Amino acid sequence: MIDPQLLAFQALNGLQLGIMLFLMAAGLTLVFGIMNLINLAHGSLYMVGAYLAAAFQGWTGSFLLAALLAVPATLLLGVVVEIVVLRALYEREHLDQVLATFGLILFFNEAVRIVWGPNALFVALPEFLSGQVELPLGIIYPSYRFAIIAVGLAVALFLYLLIARTRVGMLIRAGATNRAMVGALGVDVKLLYTAVFGLGTALAGLAGLMAGPILSVESGMGEPILILTFVVIVIGGIGSIRGAFLAAVLIGVIDTMGRAFLPGLLRAAFNPSIANAVGPALASMLIYVVMALVLAFRPQGLFPARGA
Amino acid sequence: MKKMILAAAAAALLASPAGAQSVKIGFIATFSGPGGVLGQHLYDGFMLGIEHQGGKLGGLTPEVLKEDDQFKPDVGLQAAQKLLQRDKVDFISGIVFSNVMMAIYKPVIDSQTFLISSNAGPSPIAGAQCSPYFFSTAWQNDDPHAAMGKHLQDKGIKRVYLMAPNYQAGKDALTGFKRYFKGEVVDEVYTAVNQPDYSAEIATLRAAKPDALYVFYPGGMGVNFVKQYAQAGLTKTIPLYSAFTVDATTVAAQGDAAIGTFGTAFWTVDLKNPANQKFVADFRKKYNYEPSTYAAQAYDSAQLIGAAIKAVGGKLTDKDGLRAAFKKADFKSVRGPFKFNTNGFPIQNYYLYETVRENGKLLELGRGTVMTDQADAYAKDCPLK
Repeated sequence: MIDPQLLAFQALNGLQLGIMLFLMAAGLTLVFGIMNLINLAHGSLYMVGAYLAAAFQGWTGSFLLAALLAVPATLLLGVVVEIVVLRALYEREHLDQVLATFGLILFFNEAVRIVWGPNALFVALPEFLSGQVELPLGIIYPSYRFAIIAVGLAVALFLYLLIARTRVGMLIRAGATNRAMVGALGVDVKLLYTAVFGLGTALAGLAGLMAGPILSVESGMGEPILILTFVVIVIGGIGSIRGAFLAAVLIGVIDTMGRAFLPGLLRAAFNPSIANAVGPALASMLIYVVMALVLAFRPQGLFPARGA
Repeated sequence: MKKMILAAAAAALLASPAGAQSVKIGFIATFSGPGGVLGQHLYDGFMLGIEHQGGKLGGLTPEVLKEDDQFKPDVGLQAAQKLLQRDKVDFISGIVFSNVMMAIYKPVIDSQTFLISSNAGPSPIAGAQCSPYFFSTAWQNDDPHAAMGKHLQDKGIKRVYLMAPNYQAGKDALTGFKRYFKGEVVDEVYTAVNQPDYSAEIATLRAAKPDALYVFYPGGMGVNFVKQYAQAGLTKTIPLYSAFTVDATTVAAQGDAAIGTFGTAFWTVDLKNPANQKFVADFRKKYNYEPSTYAAQAYDSAQLIGAAIKAVGGKLTDKDGLRAAFKKADFKSVRGPFKFNTNGFPIQNYYLYETVRENGKLLELGRGTVMTDQADAYAKDCPLK
């Protein structure tokens, strides 16, 4: 029988993973939806965010200060990448974009090794977040993961207000619906693209720096999360922030619950040797199964951008 | 790299009197990607091993040809073929990962070139497919895990929880662990390879309340797991035991989260024998980082090759003489007692280690011998005498 305390615990874990995915997916879905650019290097920018946070922490000794410096630094890097590399790709086919941005992945993975060496870097938790919080039901949860949830929700609110209530947001929405028309109306599309890409990069950098204390900061750390992020934006509907948020939480919860409970459930149904062989494989496949189902029955995604 | 070979060749020409030969060693390891740090540790250890023999191997001037297998069996195989056919190397050494080892093993031993593994030791090579051209200065893959199983059994731990990545080495690790552990295995959890986040699994294991946790999470996976386990506040209530998870290659990234965790290995940095003390002191001085088990293994590879060449008086065509000399293992291993089994794997001790902070540095310090003169379980399947 599934214990309610464990279920609540895993729900929190799922939410936290979902929030992390949302920070990545928000940027990727905007870039894809508005600029029609497939950016495989989004995970690399996440990695750079984590590395910069580690470097700034080594320099300033404070995680918060490092975070405050790493986000604008990643944003700046994103703007440079957009101007130097990506601008040349907007009019090209998706395959060219995939090739070029895949090249960027190789470039960044090697660049961080050259700058920071092959060893994984250490990012310390800020002292006040290094403990655990006790919740009702006897749940003991790491404080830092609560902080991630809080920051993620704040970013979601900020993005909602930005996109629904401001002039920039209006342009972004218009861009997602009909890019050519926005350009024809005299909006500086070039500037809009740079701004959107910079925003996406800053969010990826934020995700990366928040992952630093939990994960190993190493070359190639962006790829596993990049794959999950693509799953999220496909399920959520490309170009939709709301879709990215809901799909990220959905994927976070499904992935966590699958990993936590599927092997046990299979063991109840089949003999242990089969369950042990199939369980872990099926648990890590679960989100791809969900993605395949969404693609088959609702190819535009569960929560597509309005009017798209 | 070319420059280095040229320089070595030029130096050889200048320095050696007429008629003196050189010895060519192909060093295949993983130098790029996340596993690249392991290759670097191996290579640095190997080169220090040569330096400590006066820059020679058994009186011959060594040329070390460094090849990156990129953690890909096919790339490793190409590198091996190039070394054998074009460079005509006398020995091949290095090899971080078992899948690369399995790819290059046949062609290397079929060419009757001695293969000295500095790390990988998959079970087929230790058993039925053993070869008179293979020797290892590391360990058979199961044994560090088997040693931890024995330690927890001896310690009287009743209920243990096991975790590993879902691939062959992960399954072998837990099989090795269970060889000597006879208590209750509460659960055996396999996670996706390179999974970044373990919060779901940690919550489940917390609810299962085992007496101890044993994991095998090499490289970045180990960094992620150990940090998250400590952040969940569990290191004190459910002690963490592991192999290849907390070591000199990962501990800097794990930080204080690694303190108080235990592992098993054939070598620890504080082993009190003169060979080891010299190795550790000079390694720190030369490379300015902490030596790992990987560096120690490759250091011994260089020592073993040097001793064998010396025994045959530099006559590299004398394969039988070389083999007899390898078998004797006439060198002072940094691990202390060392001899070869019939399958070319060492018979050696395994030690428990604990990660502590000492003088500001995180170190894995020895906490006693777990197994003495341990021979691997596969040697009985090897037809060699």
